[in-house]
Amino acid sequence: MMNLLRLLGGRTASAPVARERLQILLAHERGLGGQPDLLGLLRAEILAVVSRHVVLDPEKVIVRMDRGKNVSTLEVDIEVPNGFERSIAAVAT
Amino acid sequence: MTKVLVVTSGKGGVGKTTSTAALGAALAQLGEKVVVIDFDVGLRNLDLVLGAERRVVFDLINVVQGVAKLSQALIRDKRLENLWLLPASQTRDKDALTDEGVRGIIAELRTKFDWILCDSPAGIERGAMLAMRYADEAVIVTNPEVSSVRDSDRIIGMLDSKTVKAEKGERVEKHVLITRYDSARASRGEMLSIDDILEILATPLLGIIPESQDVLRASNVGSPVTLNNAASAPARSYFDAARRLMGETVTMMVPAERKGLMNRLLGRRAA
Repeated sequence: MMNLLRLLGGRTASAPVARERLQILLAHERGLGGQPDLLGLLRAEILAVVSRHVVLDPEKVIVRMDRGKNVSTLEVDIEVPNGFERSIAAVAT
Repeated sequence: MTKVLVVTSGKGGVGKTTSTAALGAALAQLGEKVVVIDFDVGLRNLDLVLGAERRVVFDLINVVQGVAKLSQALIRDKRLENLWLLPASQTRDKDALTDEGVRGIIAELRTKFDWILCDSPAGIERGAMLAMRYADEAVIVTNPEVSSVRDSDRIIGMLDSKTVKAEKGERVEKHVLITRYDSARASRGEMLSIDDILEILATPLLGIIPESQDVLRASNVGSPVTLNNAASAPARSYFDAARRLMGETVTMMVPAERKGLMNRLLGRRAA
């Protein structure tokens, strides 16, 4: 149907793009629960704690929150370089 | 029982003041006793849209500070004897508006009116927060446009957390009012549809106000659109919305502007 309209109108329907962008953005913003930088704060603190034991690339620490109907999930994805045990040893000495 | 209703949006320019005037007038035309309060301290405009700009003597801040009595600041509409306006201050510092002061005024107005409509300023600063603070119900004015929908979502979050009702564990009854809607553009996929907006905001719909020249024409002459041209498409939509606020069940119509033959032939449309 949309394609048909597109053919007839000769123009791309932009409303579906608007809708998708909003859904993604709001899923992120609602997770903040009114605290604009909750995720940033969580990320910084998690990074600080893990960095005490493992050498990390701060760029590779991803904190994401997804709000569902009944429960929300907090996803923390930390990429640890290979041979991190050596890094710990280096830090410890 | 008196209802305190905030008309809010987050984003500016979506039609809060126009909608406050139109809904306030429509409720008064339907026999309710209504007061509309302008919370936009420093940038008042509700007086202008209602055609009462030359009758303002005392304002909201004067009442808060005890300079004037509430009865001295209230302006009765010249056309609708059931409609009253409490104007905002044009000159004072917006910090002069206090929570205590607003609470006192709302409590006093509750004894005199059926409806207290609070016209919120744009943004999420003090004026906007105080406009929603004592609300029982909220009308969130939204345009079918991404930035407006995003800001509405933010405001809905605040209505659920920063109002007195929310703090007591109760709920502010929320309604979305979609303004400047162009059904032709939405059906061509050029504009967010009603379903898109309602699904994203997950809030019930109060009404759909079509994009219409009648709205500007009404504000030009300082008359709410429901009074200036009661038969026009936006006026009929505002009347339906007012009836829904009063608890009536009114079938939701997606209003279409009746285009004149000349307009059709010329293919006039907004750029």
